[in-house]
Amino acid sequence: MNGGERAGDGQHRLEVRGLTHEFARADQAPLRVLEGLDFAVRPGEFTAIIGPSGSGKSTLFNLVAGLDRPTSGVIYVDGRAVTGHSEQVAYMPQKDLLFPWRTIEDNAALGLEVQGTAKRAARAAVRPLFPEFGLDGFERSYPAQLSGGMRQRAALLRTVAMQRSVLLLDEPFGALDSLTRTQMQLWLAQMWQRHSWTVLLVTHDIREAVFLADSVHVLTSRPGRLAARVVVDLPRPRTTQTFLQPEFARLEQQVLSALGTTSDVP
Amino acid sequence: MTTPVIAGRTGRRVWRTLWPPLLLAVALIAGWQLVGQFAIRDAQVLPTPWQVVSAGWQVRGDLWHNALPTLEETAAGFGLSFVLSWLIATAMDFSDAARRAVYPLLVASQTIPVVAIAPLFVVIFGFHLLPKVLLVALATFFPLTASLAEGFATADGDAMRLLRSMGASRWQSFAKVRVPGALPFFFTGLRVSITYAIGGAVFAEYAGAEDGLGIYMQQMQSVFRRDLVFATILVIALVSVLLFASTYLLERLVTPWRRFETRRGSAQDRT
Repeated sequence: MNGGERAGDGQHRLEVRGLTHEFARADQAPLRVLEGLDFAVRPGEFTAIIGPSGSGKSTLFNLVAGLDRPTSGVIYVDGRAVTGHSEQVAYMPQKDLLFPWRTIEDNAALGLEVQGTAKRAARAAVRPLFPEFGLDGFERSYPAQLSGGMRQRAALLRTVAMQRSVLLLDEPFGALDSLTRTQMQLWLAQMWQRHSWTVLLVTHDIREAVFLADSVHVLTSRPGRLAARVVVDLPRPRTTQTFLQPEFARLEQQVLSALGTTSDVP
Repeated sequence: MTTPVIAGRTGRRVWRTLWPPLLLAVALIAGWQLVGQFAIRDAQVLPTPWQVVSAGWQVRGDLWHNALPTLEETAAGFGLSFVLSWLIATAMDFSDAARRAVYPLLVASQTIPVVAIAPLFVVIFGFHLLPKVLLVALATFFPLTASLAEGFATADGDAMRLLRSMGASRWQSFAKVRVPGALPFFFTGLRVSITYAIGGAVFAEYAGAEDGLGIYMQQMQSVFRRDLVFATILVIALVSVLLFASTYLLERLVTPWRRFETRRGSAQDRT
């Protein structure tokens, strides 16, 4: 099923097949960051990728977003191989990257604008999303006027507004304080429940991965290989109660041991 | 946050910025007055501020008529410099070859002493507007171009990747990220170069002109009206300060988001 413009198995929204990536280095053997990565994401599935620092998580994202070309292997989105920048994937980077000179609604509309929607129409398209993202009344504010959590929601709004098949979230809550992060996780679980987005989440946070995802892929340290796939069958919708279930702790433990360390947790 | 509150706060801030230099200026002028009046007592050597202002006031018509051409030269030269700086900095941002070709020449252009080249320009381009405009442009466009080019180059790499993941072209990334991101740098360059602008025009007139503050000052020098030389300098200084202050006003209009950032730094610097 590899090779050819249209391929993939037809059941998955995102397929990563035999993905290997190396960075060229001066006077040294190339640095291999990903090795033989193989996984797939069904439509509406929430998948988390977790791994120690340097396991190539961000590289994986750049590859899926089409920002880099893999050394070998193929990525399919909706059965189409990703070559060059992808029109099918919306990318939310670690930093919120809201542009300080744009109001929140203009930041949210940026993706649509870039794709050729007129400024007015793009604004009109994102405005109805504001209440759901808890940003009602902040349409004309500048990012500097918002709290960290709000900025992160605005960044997600911008990502969702592009209406692409797969959302790539790269440690979206990594920079937030622990309380805000928990609130954001609860909120994201709720939003996902309502919209059934297909999500690929990269995180350092085991709790976050288990709480949000349907399945957690654990990567080894460099070069990143798939160490384990942990299926999270905790009931939905997930709420604060989820954290208290014995099953939750068991799954956390399972991911932790798959990471291969009990002391030096990333 | 109602408008009056902001206006009140702005008023206080403006006052806080203004009173130290005003106080210092008053002290210096008072000292000058005292030295001139009681120690030197010769207007040919050092006219007192009062003599300068009253002499200037008497010839205000002449000063005004000579200020107009100087302002015209400054405006035209600065306009030329503005257009050139955007064109060159943009070219440098899009093409590395252009950057490498142009940058050394830019730096070299800065080492040309305006005093030396002014007479040459007059010989080549004549007595009228053109040589002055070119000299003003020469004196001002380097800080503008350099600050713009630097501003473009500081665009966050992750921001460019984000734009690329959205499917943005090089040109779209430039217009939507690099240009607005460069504006704060541009205004810094603008403030540096605007203080050179009038000086450039006055120098150019020194080398040969029919009217203008530079040539007026030279004429007054030759007839030993030192008080009017000082009066002309005063006018030049006042105009420079006004131009300088107006860049802040312009900056506020063009980059309205920046007043929200004073405490927290820019959005991207925080992470």
